[in-house]
Amino acid sequence: MPPPPIRKISLDAPPTVVHVPPIPLNGNGNGNGHGAPAGGLHTPGPPSSDAPVIERMRCNAVTIAYGPKVAVNKVDLPISQGEVLAMIGPSGCGKTTLLRSLNRLTELTPSASRGGVISLDGQDIDLLEVTALRKRVSMVFQQPNPFPMSVFDNVAYSLREGGSKRPRKKELMEPVERALTRAGLWHEVRDNLDHPALRLSGGQQQRLCIARSLAAQPEVLLMDEPCSALDPISTGKIEELILELREQIAVVIVTHNLQQAQRVADRVAFMYLGELVEYASGEQIFNAPQAQRTRDYVGGAFG
Amino acid sequence: MNDAPPRARGRTPRRPPERAELWLGALAATLLVLILGMLFFVFKEAWPSFSHNGLAWFGSGGSTQQQLAAIYESPSNPDDYVYHLRAWPLIYGTLLSTGLAVLFGLPFALLCALFMVEFAPPGVQRLMTPVVRFLAAVPSVVYGLIGILVIAPWIDRNLVSAEFKLDVNALVPISGGGLLLASFILMVMIVPIMIAIISDALRAVPRAWIEGSAALGVNRWRTMWKVAVRTARPAIAAAVVLATARALGEAIMLAMVSGSFIWSPNPLDGLNFFLEPIMPLAATIVGQQEGFSAIPLGQTLYAIAAVLLVSSALLSFAGWAVRQPLRRYATR
Amino acid sequence: MSALATPPPQPGSAAPPPRRTRARDSATTWPLRDRIGLAFCWAAGITLTVVALTILLYMCFKGITQLRPSMLVTHPSGAVDQSRSGGFLDPIQGTLLLTAIGIAIAVPIGVSVALWLVEYGRPAALARAVESAVDVIAGAPSVVLALFGLSFFSETFFSFMSFRSEDTAFGRSFMVAGTVMSLIALPLIVGATREALLQVPNHVREASLALGKTKASTIRAVLLPAVRPGIATGTALGMGRIIGDTAIVVLLLGNTLTTQPRDGGIFGLSLLQGTGSTLTSYIYGNSPVGEGNAPQKAYAAAFVLLLIVVALNALATRIARGRRKDTAWIR
Repeated sequence: MPPPPIRKISLDAPPTVVHVPPIPLNGNGNGNGHGAPAGGLHTPGPPSSDAPVIERMRCNAVTIAYGPKVAVNKVDLPISQGEVLAMIGPSGCGKTTLLRSLNRLTELTPSASRGGVISLDGQDIDLLEVTALRKRVSMVFQQPNPFPMSVFDNVAYSLREGGSKRPRKKELMEPVERALTRAGLWHEVRDNLDHPALRLSGGQQQRLCIARSLAAQPEVLLMDEPCSALDPISTGKIEELILELREQIAVVIVTHNLQQAQRVADRVAFMYLGELVEYASGEQIFNAPQAQRTRDYVGGAFG
Repeated sequence: MNDAPPRARGRTPRRPPERAELWLGALAATLLVLILGMLFFVFKEAWPSFSHNGLAWFGSGGSTQQQLAAIYESPSNPDDYVYHLRAWPLIYGTLLSTGLAVLFGLPFALLCALFMVEFAPPGVQRLMTPVVRFLAAVPSVVYGLIGILVIAPWIDRNLVSAEFKLDVNALVPISGGGLLLASFILMVMIVPIMIAIISDALRAVPRAWIEGSAALGVNRWRTMWKVAVRTARPAIAAAVVLATARALGEAIMLAMVSGSFIWSPNPLDGLNFFLEPIMPLAATIVGQQEGFSAIPLGQTLYAIAAVLLVSSALLSFAGWAVRQPLRRYATR
Repeated sequence: MSALATPPPQPGSAAPPPRRTRARDSATTWPLRDRIGLAFCWAAGITLTVVALTILLYMCFKGITQLRPSMLVTHPSGAVDQSRSGGFLDPIQGTLLLTAIGIAIAVPIGVSVALWLVEYGRPAALARAVESAVDVIAGAPSVVLALFGLSFFSETFFSFMSFRSEDTAFGRSFMVAGTVMSLIALPLIVGATREALLQVPNHVREASLALGKTKASTIRAVLLPAVRPGIATGTALGMGRIIGDTAIVVLLLGNTLTTQPRDGGIFGLSLLQGTGSTLTSYIYGNSPVGEGNAPQKAYAAAFVLLLIVVALNALATRIARGRRKDTAWIR
């Protein structure tokens, strides 16, 4: 049998946005995108919620640089409770950097510098005390990172280490249970609260990290690709969780997975090489993007 | 045609050892035999002293100084060798000096390590590493020299009251050297080892945990203490074991600063407890080495050496055992 | 045009934005307990630095005031009057000679054992036993090793190595002390060589074997040059340990002020069978614990000793750090 022909990929081809007739999907909202080009990517968006949309945080002309290299360039972005904001874009576009600057985690890197104003409920976060800020703006990381302690100790961690008086275990039981219930983990661990957290499965660990962040009752939850290391079932559970949480907490999720962004996001911000290219509702970004570059990215022309 | 790969029977055949392997292996085995022989030799020589004293060897009773002198002056007839010894003051001196040095040295080393790794400004951080390395490099005889020539006279002038000296002069000579000086200098000697091990472990704590703790709004001190130090507990145990082994084996410095008199300090003396002289085990060997030619004294010294060897081995085992339950919550 | 084409134009301001926030959270907002802890941390760090500086400066001060260059080249003589008791040339000679003997024995044996442990290591039980034996030596106090050397070299077959007087071997001589010194340097050399060997990636060994060389010649031609910095580090550390050790010298070198070769016999051999002193035993002897009671000479000798040891340690650190450049080709 002769070897298959070699096809040349034409680098000069104009960026195309192909309109594909909508494919009827059955059943679950989990899209099965087979890399189909956009403009007809009909993964259904998130269910609409009745909760009022309140703006909690706002970025004004935020510029972040690591040494001489500019990672984020003059970004204006609102973050609101009642809706989920997804930040999408190719690797290296600055979305993770921007996310980390929302709770001043970029300060852990010595070479980072930041310009512009980020405000939380109208207050400049630079003027707030940083540990107080981080209790109000919590973060969940890409790799689940539960501490080498028991499940209970993990969730109670920020409550115990917050102030000078150390609460007793009985007082902590209720907030811990509440946080674990909100994270959807309570029924799975209620009998194993003293087991080491590192023995949980990957999905459970990530939900534990979410519970840990929720324990201090934050106002904003930042999620940096929370499901990228997880299997589809855990991913589904966490996405349900996000949709439940958005009514009380402003959720910002950075994701590489366009289908995931479609499933959970009410608002989408597309970033490219440090610039905020387009910010609009999910439907608009995925079905009728205004900017050419957005169209190219969502259409899969680059990634 | 049967395309299946042949089933592997048992282990894959090994190549025969080449000449280099045989030579190197023989050398390593010879070293092993020599070391085992040395251990056997030490215990064999130590045996008469233990067999004559039984477990009372470790007990107290009488003046150890006089007992050692009597052993040295044993008649030359092997049947009449004197072995009577109650070595408790020596053991007590070792336990006291090592115990105090580690007890105060560990928190000090832990705080220094935390300082070096996290809380010192960057310029000071760079300065601390050569400081620790310098302290580790100073030979023990130099520590002993400074101790006996500088600190001991200071203690003698300022901390020892003249009446106390006179009161006990018949029993024990009080000078600057003693438990306080020995423990203090021993602490300075073992702290660099502990700092090196603990700071390495603190730096090796996964960044994800530090960031996670910071992201939860926990301040730097709590983060380091609750996450980093907690994760570094096996290393802290290892540091304590290594430091204790070093302290046990220290002979020359202790011989110079411990007061050169075999004595069990009495805790009921209050603060003067720290000013009384001691004689740790290793320092005894150095102190008595001139009389080694007298066979029973030599065997007694071997008995002391055997106790030191067994203690080192027990320490290594204790270090391993302490780390086991700490593995429960850790990833490794 | 490819979709990836040109990146957006660089931001107008060439300079990075000014840092607007303090890089680390200030301790003024911490609870009291944490602030006290931080204060203790600072206190510990400052105390440690002060102690080190005090030792360094005091030794330098005493050394510079007491040390005269003539001391380095004059033989010591036993005289009560300090101005006539000479210098410490012989102790320096003793230190050099002991270190040379110790290293000459320890390096070949240590490197060979490390090579066998890493490259061969069969049977596994023997390898574990050898590792444990080296650990035993590493943990044993040097007095114990010295004590063992006393008997071993005076009563057994090896008594020819020691100093004799009218046919009684004392178990003390340069050779005896040097041999036992090699024991305390051995674990350091084995450890450093092992680590260096373990860092050589496997593909280097496999490449050499694939070219048809035997394992032995791979070791000789490829591995040994690659781990030379590691061996050098271990050697420097071992030398530091030997130079600084006093117990073995006090027990095993006979403590004569000047180097006394054994009477008769071949020159080199009788020197090795002779007794003498080193800087460390000289300091020990001149301190109030020994007989000399000459603190000024002790300080001068201690200063010289400290310089040598600190320089050696700095050298060892530099070799360990510079290693990455030398073996960069391995990656």
